[in-house]
Amino acid sequence: MDEPDTEPPLVVVPGADSSSRQLCFAWGPAEVLVCETLFGRTGGSRSRCLSRSRCLSRSRCLSRSPCPFRFWGEGRAGAAARALTDSVAGTEDGAPTSSRVFVVRRDQDIYIQTLRKLFNESHGIFMGLQRSEEELAGKSRKAQLVQVSKNYRSVIRACMEDMHQAAVSTRDPALQAQYSTQVSILSAMELIWNLCEILFVEAATAGPLLLRLLDWVRLHVCDVDSMVREVLSSESPSKHKLFWNVVDIFVLQGRMDEARHLLSKEASANPTSVNMYKILDDLMKKMPVPSLSNTQTLTELELKWQHWHEECQRYLQDGTFASNPHMESICKILLGDEDAILEKKELMTTWYHFLVTRLLYSHPTVKPMELRFYAQSSMDLFLGGESSPEPLDLILMAAFEFEMHQVIKECSIVLSNWWFVAHLTDLLDHCKLLQSHNLHFGSNMREFLLLEYASGLFSHHSLWQLGVDYFDHCPEYGRVYLELHIERIPLSTEQKALKVLRICEQRQMHEQVRSICKIMAMKALRNNRLGSALSWSIRAKDAAFATLISDRFLKDYCERGCFSDLDLIDNLGPSMLLSDRLTFLGKYREFHRLYGEKRFPEAARLLLTLMTAHIAPCSFWMTLLTDALPLLEQKEVIFSAEQTYELMRCLEDLTAGNPDKQKFQDDDIETTKVEMLRLALARNLARVIIKEGTVEGS
Amino acid sequence: AMEDVSAKFVSQKISRTRWRPLPAATLQPPDIFATGSWDNEDNRISIWSAGDLGNAGLNGEYHGEPHLLCDIQHNGDVMDMQFLDQERIVVASSTGTVTIFRHHQNNQTLSANHRWEKAHCHVDADTSCGGAACTGVVCNNPEIVTVGEDGRINLFRADQKDAVRTIDNADSSTLHAVTFLRTTEILTVNSIGQLKTWDFRQQRNEPSQIFSLAGDRVPLHCVDRHPNQQHIVATGGQDGMLSIWDIRQGTMPVSLLNAHEAEMWEVHFHPSDPDHLFTCSEDGSLWHWDTSANVSEKPSFLHQGGRSTAYLSHSTINQSVVSAWLSNDPTKDRMEITNLIPNQTLSVNSLDVLGPCLVYGTDAEAIYVNRQLFA
Repeated sequence: MDEPDTEPPLVVVPGADSSSRQLCFAWGPAEVLVCETLFGRTGGSRSRCLSRSRCLSRSRCLSRSPCPFRFWGEGRAGAAARALTDSVAGTEDGAPTSSRVFVVRRDQDIYIQTLRKLFNESHGIFMGLQRSEEELAGKSRKAQLVQVSKNYRSVIRACMEDMHQAAVSTRDPALQAQYSTQVSILSAMELIWNLCEILFVEAATAGPLLLRLLDWVRLHVCDVDSMVREVLSSESPSKHKLFWNVVDIFVLQGRMDEARHLLSKEASANPTSVNMYKILDDLMKKMPVPSLSNTQTLTELELKWQHWHEECQRYLQDGTFASNPHMESICKILLGDEDAILEKKELMTTWYHFLVTRLLYSHPTVKPMELRFYAQSSMDLFLGGESSPEPLDLILMAAFEFEMHQVIKECSIVLSNWWFVAHLTDLLDHCKLLQSHNLHFGSNMREFLLLEYASGLFSHHSLWQLGVDYFDHCPEYGRVYLELHIERIPLSTEQKALKVLRICEQRQMHEQVRSICKIMAMKALRNNRLGSALSWSIRAKDAAFATLISDRFLKDYCERGCFSDLDLIDNLGPSMLLSDRLTFLGKYREFHRLYGEKRFPEAARLLLTLMTAHIAPCSFWMTLLTDALPLLEQKEVIFSAEQTYELMRCLEDLTAGNPDKQKFQDDDIETTKVEMLRLALARNLARVIIKEGTVEGS
Repeated sequence: AMEDVSAKFVSQKISRTRWRPLPAATLQPPDIFATGSWDNEDNRISIWSAGDLGNAGLNGEYHGEPHLLCDIQHNGDVMDMQFLDQERIVVASSTGTVTIFRHHQNNQTLSANHRWEKAHCHVDADTSCGGAACTGVVCNNPEIVTVGEDGRINLFRADQKDAVRTIDNADSSTLHAVTFLRTTEILTVNSIGQLKTWDFRQQRNEPSQIFSLAGDRVPLHCVDRHPNQQHIVATGGQDGMLSIWDIRQGTMPVSLLNAHEAEMWEVHFHPSDPDHLFTCSEDGSLWHWDTSANVSEKPSFLHQGGRSTAYLSHSTINQSVVSAWLSNDPTKDRMEITNLIPNQTLSVNSLDVLGPCLVYGTDAEAIYVNRQLFA
């Protein structure tokens, strides 16, 4: 699977005019952006832009001509792309010169509404399988894996039924055709999966193997079901022109009881040949079949079968059925006569039905490893050189040959989704069947296919959440893929952002957590939602951003003279410690509250601490000193002498320490403020000296 | 009783599920419910029938799966949804629009009945108005209250074009949910762990009370009030914690109960049997909290000395419930807690309970109906 061995299919991008325009494109993890350039077709032919730096998928672009595109991956599932032409870049919409951007996606089945049921339901099964206990001993582990396989199949079938219903109920012929195609694809997937379940997951042994294959044929060859229904529901089935066809169908599928039941009706209507019926009925009844229980050995079965075979042979040779060609041909079938069976080609419809019928009547104890010979010759005989095998035939043949990798490869090429190969491969991997196989790239096939599937999910508007769990179970590259994909999820609402954030936090993706919170904080800030912005940066523990927001709060305060968002600032709690500026904001607000509550001494002490402990940024000191003014002017003396000296030092530090002294001298208001402060401080000092002296003296 | 649960995969991520209220004095179990979707290219409001009553087996079990009656396209994610009456549903959109849809039961169609465009929006520097997600809606016919990411609270009347009352910047952080406390009072929860009460009779645009979680200010996502004991309030937080508050006293929750491992998206007291409470979460679980066992064991009114016996005689059960939810004892021991969804992986975004029936919807694009909750 390393070198591509067929030409990649062409993908036509609807609406992109490659005949008159040069196109350029850029790769993304799951999609390609294609846009029309200003270059004419004859112009610079080197205008192909090949930005592949972010190409996660293993797809290589080997396109020589700009358009149509060729997708060339190791597996080419979903090579047909869906082009979205609704994103229009450029200024002149609709004008001939406007350039459009097309989003070309690889995994087109992802977009089929009904299949979303398949993706979601199988996700649950997949997760169950990953959780399941590997320690379970041999038999119960196998039973568990077979059950998982059956669950997957029942989801496929349920989906098929839904799709069928949709096909029946729609009036739009195009839609109907689309649904019908999907039904046949799903039905093929289930057919292949079922065979893989028998051969690989359950690994049925000689004996039970045939029974399983018979069930498989009965379940999937349903083209003849309508004929059976028609005959059985008619007034006298034995008079129906298709009567013998139905009997033959039952015999070919080994449904002996049903065949005998029908024959008994014919017998009662035909008293003359009652003896002949009895003999045939007896032969059919006595036919030895393998049992699922271990009560009889294969040798016993073979012995019984040999006896029965000889008995059939005897009746055929002595002409017991000579008078009735229908019965004679049934007897021949019982004997495994290839020509007689092949005559009923129309009733079998497929070579694999022919194969199973042949095995039933010639090699009932066929061993798994012998299947390949019978399968090959059955296909050759059945197709008889008239038609060449279809992809489905080749896949089934590969399964009969136990070429698991070939099955997966062929399915990857043929099917238009990654769902099937990803889940089947994962199951086979859990059966410990794929371990020897390593790829030349990535880690192993299971992981490679799961990554492709999950990437497809991530390219979908809604299904991205499912992709996360698949990445989680890719030990080697899952994490990197998730990191790259998760960043591309648009965060349209806070609710969605919270969901994405939760995914990242659970996986300790610190970088992504920070980036999501920053994006959301920025958004909130742009919308003037300072409270929300702050809570986002608190969640990311982003101190720098918290500082930025605190500055916005302080700036608002300086401009308006009052605080906005008090409900938030008053309730910062421990998150106040996230950044120094936030601490200051909280403490400064506390000062205002104390002041408002007329708890002046506490307010004064806090105000001073804000400066002396360097909690307040220098740029804010002037504001703080100005805040001290009304406290200095109170009737009651509030600042002690010591505190007043400290305030004076703060003021002098501010005016002296400022290299840009000019500023204060030029600015009348600032100068006045400083003068007023000095005066107030001096007066306060005078008052406090008197007061403290008086207190000490008395 | 997992067999009683019927599931349907619906090919859209479900953000809300709501039973249609039952007409007064009916004996029938609920049948009709509505769902809203989110994060789809094309979001929808859908009306479902839970299953054919005629299919009930001899033992009363139902086999039918929910089937779609009608649906309608909805612009933006459905953030919240509430039945106004039997026919009308109020829907909150991520675009900031609030819409009343009418379900025409005679011909099974849905139509938009009234719409308040950009009921919630961000006013940026250029004073142009960008829609902000409307995160919560609550109805008390004809009144409708909505809250949003813009921190605004709107009071609408179903029959009036303009908002009756708007409190801009009611909250500096995102309001996540709202519910009625009394006819004129509401409760809101926000993204910095606060529970606030607001009284529309007051003209000032300030909450009448602020309650807050201690320690880290973990965002609160959902709120519900005890149907009979209005002072008992349950909220769910980002850390999955269930908090029970007594809004008559204190500013902190009475009890904190560890439940989910991720965001609790919804909490609901059972409307007629409030011994039972239901919560669902981003972690994919749905918990049933049952305090009813406790009632018979410990008739707790005995501890409530000082109350008149006359009062007890007609509300004994409620009194017991009060102490069951508000007990300061390690409440976990006195409560039976069951996870109704084992092995679920994706978020359960919404649930609703009515009578013996539970309906819930998930990000795994499935809706589930349990018709024998107490079986």
